[in-house]
Amino acid sequence: MIKRVGRYGLIGFIRNGFISLAAVLVMTITLFVFAFLLIGSAALHATLQTLTDKVDVTVYFTTDATDQQIQDMQKALQALPQVASVDYVSRDQALAAFRDRHKSDQLTMQALDALGENPLGASLEIRAKQTSQYETISKYLTDQQAQAGGPGSVIDKVNFYQNKTAIDRLTNIIQTSNKLGAAIAAILGIASLLIVFNTIRLAIYTARDEIGVMNVVGASHWYVRGPFMVSGILYGAVSGIIVLLVLYPFTAWLGPSSEQFLGAFNVFDFFVSNFALMFFAIMGSGVVLGAISSYLAVRRYLQS
Amino acid sequence: MIYYDKVSKVYLNGAPAAVHDVTLNIEPSEFVSLVGHSGAGKTTLLKMLFAEIQPSAGAIYFGSRDIGTLRNGELLELRRNIGTIFQDFRLLATKNVYENIAFALEVAGRSDEDIQADVPHVLDLVGISEKIWSFPRELSGGEQQRVAIARAIVNQPDVLIADEPTGNLDPINTHDVVEILKKINDLGTTVIMATHNKHVVDEIGRRVVVMENGSIVRDDKQGKYAL
Repeated sequence: MIKRVGRYGLIGFIRNGFISLAAVLVMTITLFVFAFLLIGSAALHATLQTLTDKVDVTVYFTTDATDQQIQDMQKALQALPQVASVDYVSRDQALAAFRDRHKSDQLTMQALDALGENPLGASLEIRAKQTSQYETISKYLTDQQAQAGGPGSVIDKVNFYQNKTAIDRLTNIIQTSNKLGAAIAAILGIASLLIVFNTIRLAIYTARDEIGVMNVVGASHWYVRGPFMVSGILYGAVSGIIVLLVLYPFTAWLGPSSEQFLGAFNVFDFFVSNFALMFFAIMGSGVVLGAISSYLAVRRYLQS
Repeated sequence: MIYYDKVSKVYLNGAPAAVHDVTLNIEPSEFVSLVGHSGAGKTTLLKMLFAEIQPSAGAIYFGSRDIGTLRNGELLELRRNIGTIFQDFRLLATKNVYENIAFALEVAGRSDEDIQADVPHVLDLVGISEKIWSFPRELSGGEQQRVAIARAIVNQPDVLIADEPTGNLDPINTHDVVEILKKINDLGTTVIMATHNKHVVDEIGRRVVVMENGSIVRDDKQGKYAL
């Protein structure tokens, strides 16, 4: 029976040329939407991660702070659960960076040379696990700074409060983007599912008389619905292949632009390095969508 | 063989019954013509026999089994044992002639070898062998009805139901179809045919059951068309 059902499903897919073409086109668009949601979600995540990585809190030490004191502070910060990383910038590195930033500003360079010594202290660049945690880290540093004789006594300045507004805004953007992204994905996903389901329902509607005849002749429910499900699976599989074939050159063309625009995210690199995931996600969605839509669409015409 | 026991059918509450309190017994190998005006209840009576619709009251027996008590699998078995022909042929449009007939054998679980042997044989019987690979859209009305008959009889059913089988046919094809039905009946299959074609009924010259407003008003063993 399985062989016959499969054969009739394939024959039905081929013989119902225009209907199959319409179903494949609609499903291809839906799978494109799905692929863009996948890639878009990854791009958003990467972009937000890039932005998050750029945000940090810097602790500036006094020029007389010893290496030991700075190391103690670094260890204490690394032990905090909110802290992802703590990078040490020495006085010499700070000076070199300063010179590089102001190399075209002759006045500043002259003033620096006139000083004769390095006016800059060492610093620690602290990255939190989440942007919302910077306030907690800053409060800890402020408390440390207030303790006389403690490791925080050599802290000159913490730059959190100057950047607080930007950090808060970024935190909001990240949270809103994630929620908005999820909402858009859900709406587009449901809309796409409904469109595909209705398209397949229309395709099966045109076969309702045939289904009626099959009922009268004594065909079992699975014998009636089986070929339609096979056709539905074929709609999904063919659409999936089309989407993957088009995505390859499209992402290759878009790759350099995406990297320029978004920073660290190259859409072509993502597509190629995650090809297995994309393949299974897109083909799997197409096949499952086609099968389920056909199953549900035939059901109303089956007589019990 | 087939017994309608005080069967009624009401489609809409408050509307007149399509079939009202019909009791009818049909013996094996009979040829029964059900005649009456449009809306007399002929098609409703036939549809209840292969359980496309359920009676509102009464019971229909096929052999000793009440059709209303059959489970899904038994119902499918019943339908495979009843051949059906309709006025609009009801062929599967996306299958060719061979596949249309083979379908009836496949749902009965027959092997590919049996199918390859039986399909050409039954097409010979109805006289349409040369169109074996054609699609329904490529056939005339008469040819389509022959294919429908072939599909209906390929499983050698006990009963053949024909609902206005000549309704869409010209006189020559009508005569050919009637001759085929008579031949099938002569081979032992019970035939129940609903029609309002006077010439067909008179040509057959066998049992005539007349329906009017959902009831049987006359039942003649060798009747003529008379309303």
